[in-house]
Amino acid sequence: MTPIPQVKSKFRTFVLLAGFAFLYVPILLLIVYSFNESRLVTVWSGFSIKWYGELFADTLMMNGVTLSLSIGVMSASMAVVIGTLAAFVLTRIGNFRGQTSFAFLMTAPMVMPEVITGLALLLLFVAMSNMFGWPTQRGAMTIWIAHVTFTAAYVTVIVRSRLQELDRSIEEAAQDLGATPLKVFFLITLPSIAPAIAAGWLLGFTLSVDDLVITSFVSGPNATTLPMVVFSSVRLGVSPKINALATLIILVVSIATFIGWWMMAAAEKRRKAEIAVAMQNS
Amino acid sequence: MRGTDNMNLDTLRQLPLMGWLPRGRHLVIAIPYVWMLLFFLIPFAIILKISFAEVQIAIPPYTDLVSYAEEKLNVVFNLGNYLYLLDDEMYLDSYLQSIQVATISTLLCLLIGYPMAWAIVHSSPAMRIALLMLVVLPSWTSFLIRVYAWIGILKNNGLINNFLMWLGVIDEPLTLLHTNAAVYIGIVYAYLPFMILPIYTALMRMDYSLVEAASDLGARPYRTFLSITLPLTKSGIIAGSMLVFIPAVGEFVIPELLGGPDSLLIGRVLWQEFFNNRDWPVASAVAVVMLIILMVPIIWFYRYQRREMQENGS
Repeated sequence: MTPIPQVKSKFRTFVLLAGFAFLYVPILLLIVYSFNESRLVTVWSGFSIKWYGELFADTLMMNGVTLSLSIGVMSASMAVVIGTLAAFVLTRIGNFRGQTSFAFLMTAPMVMPEVITGLALLLLFVAMSNMFGWPTQRGAMTIWIAHVTFTAAYVTVIVRSRLQELDRSIEEAAQDLGATPLKVFFLITLPSIAPAIAAGWLLGFTLSVDDLVITSFVSGPNATTLPMVVFSSVRLGVSPKINALATLIILVVSIATFIGWWMMAAAEKRRKAEIAVAMQNS
Repeated sequence: MRGTDNMNLDTLRQLPLMGWLPRGRHLVIAIPYVWMLLFFLIPFAIILKISFAEVQIAIPPYTDLVSYAEEKLNVVFNLGNYLYLLDDEMYLDSYLQSIQVATISTLLCLLIGYPMAWAIVHSSPAMRIALLMLVVLPSWTSFLIRVYAWIGILKNNGLINNFLMWLGVIDEPLTLLHTNAAVYIGIVYAYLPFMILPIYTALMRMDYSLVEAASDLGARPYRTFLSITLPLTKSGIIAGSMLVFIPAVGEFVIPELLGGPDSLLIGRVLWQEFFNNRDWPVASAVAVVMLIILMVPIIWFYRYQRREMQENGS
């Protein structure tokens, strides 16, 4: 196949500069003004880190952070289990009754408007508590169920594409040599898709920690997540404290993305080297 | 190949202690299936049900459709909520406004996103990865905070107005925040990565010998683009457009924070019916109608995903 030609035109340079300026200037401004002394976010009056101090002193905000992070970890972990199983079903089991509706159910949450998903889940929880007396109160538990449901779809997409590009001959060889399907999955398939599962976990975690709309519907009086605190504060206007929070989030995400990318590149390299060694030895 | 596999499995199953094999397979299917049925499909049935109920002051704040009294089984389908949506022009306006805003935002995303995807694909391989990561990175940070960033830029004493006044172009600040323009900017900014990624994938997968052949035969670049590149990346354009259009129709955060009181997009209306008016049946009816409108784009997106999967799998 013809390699993709590299283009060096003024048009291409312009598109890249303008496009990335659009994406990054607002973020850079957020960061710069988090160090502004003035309460008026957009008027520069001197360098200060006092807003970071105020951010950490805000107990409502800090409680929100703790709750969001713990729900994020638990949702991502469950979403990875469900998403990986679903991806496995879609790529390896293939034909079964209800396959089409299965595939549709695993795709639909990604494109469903959040207000609809949120309302639907809330009505389900209300109906369940009327019928079975559970859940007695909405809170972290109902948020967890809601987040698992919509993040599992994203995990499925990521793991599925990895399963598709995987060389199936190794799995088939193991099966022919008498390994049970369970053994094949844990010894062959799982290690090969581990990077995709890790990426899926991170995406699920990010989506869960970031979600406002679905969470607002299914949450109860005692569970206020970070986006809910931020939203009610932002509704009242801009505040340098939010800028400080934004800066910290951007910092953490950038570092995590870089580490994740680096680890995945290293794992891929190691895997290729191992395969090469195995080929030579055989 | 498949036939021999099944035969092997059948013989295996007859061995002692191997009876779990089919059950294992069913279990693998059942766990994700049951979860999604219970927490995704059934909730929609409940929305549909409650959209036919009447609002009442109680817990929960709606009536039952089915009741049994005096040896009569009463099933009451109340169409009032739907008639109410038809009756009040505010709802019709909201639906139309949502579709309009979503369509224009999708086109803007396409106009900005396609050239960007193209420019990234035509970079050196190492540069390509780095640029792609830069596209994705903002969407890993908080959505809410990216929308918030624009408040500081657009408000009356915000950065754009301060800058223009400092230049002396304007004397009075322009009203930029709480306008429809601000909503467009917000949607395009927040959803641009979702447009770029599928187009990037389509451009990477394209057969470039066709482009080469076209230019060898004397076609100008724009002609090559229109008759080769554009049709070959149609799947990416459709996927990207659906990923922007569908959530944009139901968007709540962006019109709430950046839009004015008159930018009543349908997601915001649903939110207000539910949280402010506590009218769950009307909120459900609003959701059902929105879902009917979005059914075509959702199925379109699903078909594309499926085709994509089959092409990859073969």
